Amino acid sequence: MIRRAAALALIAALGALLLPLLLGYHPDEALNLTACYYAERTAADLGAANIVTAIVVTYRGLDTLGEVTVLFLSAAVVGLVLARGRTATTGGRPRLPAGELLTTGSRLLAPLIMLLGIYIFVNGHLTPGGGFQGGAVIASGVLLLLLAEPGRRLGHRVIALVESLSGLAYVAIGVAGLVYAGGFLDNRILPIGTLGELASAGAIPVIYSLIGLKVGAEFSSMLANLSETEEL
Amino acid sequence: MAHIALATGFLLFLIGLYGALTNRNLLRMIVAFTVADAGINVVIVAVGHMRGRTAPILDGAVPAAEAASRIIDPVPQALVLTAIVIGVGITALMLAYAYKLYEARRSLDIGKFMELKW
Repeated sequence: MIRRAAALALIAALGALLLPLLLGYHPDEALNLTACYYAERTAADLGAANIVTAIVVTYRGLDTLGEVTVLFLSAAVVGLVLARGRTATTGGRPRLPAGELLTTGSRLLAPLIMLLGIYIFVNGHLTPGGGFQGGAVIASGVLLLLLAEPGRRLGHRVIALVESLSGLAYVAIGVAGLVYAGGFLDNRILPIGTLGELASAGAIPVIYSLIGLKVGAEFSSMLANLSETEEL
Repeated sequence: MAHIALATGFLLFLIGLYGALTNRNLLRMIVAFTVADAGINVVIVAVGHMRGRTAPILDGAVPAAEAASRIIDPVPQALVLTAIVIGVGITALMLAYAYKLYEARRSLDIGKFMELKW
């Protein structure tokens, strides 16, 4: 009871701190300097129609490389923590088979979900979406497969291969930008093309596709690791 | 409009924090943290919103020349994209540790883990 009251008091105090922020908030009338630069320069400099993608992949490309690294680290630690002490036998309690509906439905839906994921990350520079979103969609297709066949063991080697190769290619493109264009992860190693076409914005579609594959592989390995933990 | 989104975000953050403080079950605490996380993301996106403008994507409706006066702030959206992805990684880590703790003690009650308490 005291604990609950203390928590409530703390939340009330925090709420009182946040309230002036809420009441005193006035939306900006014009873009600030940074946003203005991005809005005005993106089309001419990078040729990407989606400005958020241009910021994530090129203007702040190094941060995104770091973000992908953090995601890789957390996937690796999840695998490490869950694999330690895991019994080699696949035994344990036999799992209930998935229903007929789920099995049949997943056969139809899984390829379509994968296709949607690929569409989302290939068109990341034109439409809302991109590598992280597409990768998450691909991982949701993998989750459907895992649900449909609870006993299935995913090929960890394939996942690890896709993940490391796309990561390596990502860094290689970054270094190519250093040599052939203005700097690390510069997208202008490929022609910028016409704004709004699929093959435009230089290396951005390539980089975002690699990020999509990498993120999809990382999320899939997290899901596989979590689903392969034995029931206690 | 922006105030409603902002208030929703703050409220989600407070609800999540309250849940994390009062729940004793590790899984419930993890869910509460993700609710607080979502609240913060809503706040950041709401701050970037501007009245009467559209999404920061250039097309027929938003020619590149007028972009600066037609689009909302793209920077908070790029930030939140990063925050969501990192949030997923942190949630997966918390779940893995919760599994390990359950394996060690056969319990998810935070009250059973007293070693680091002072």
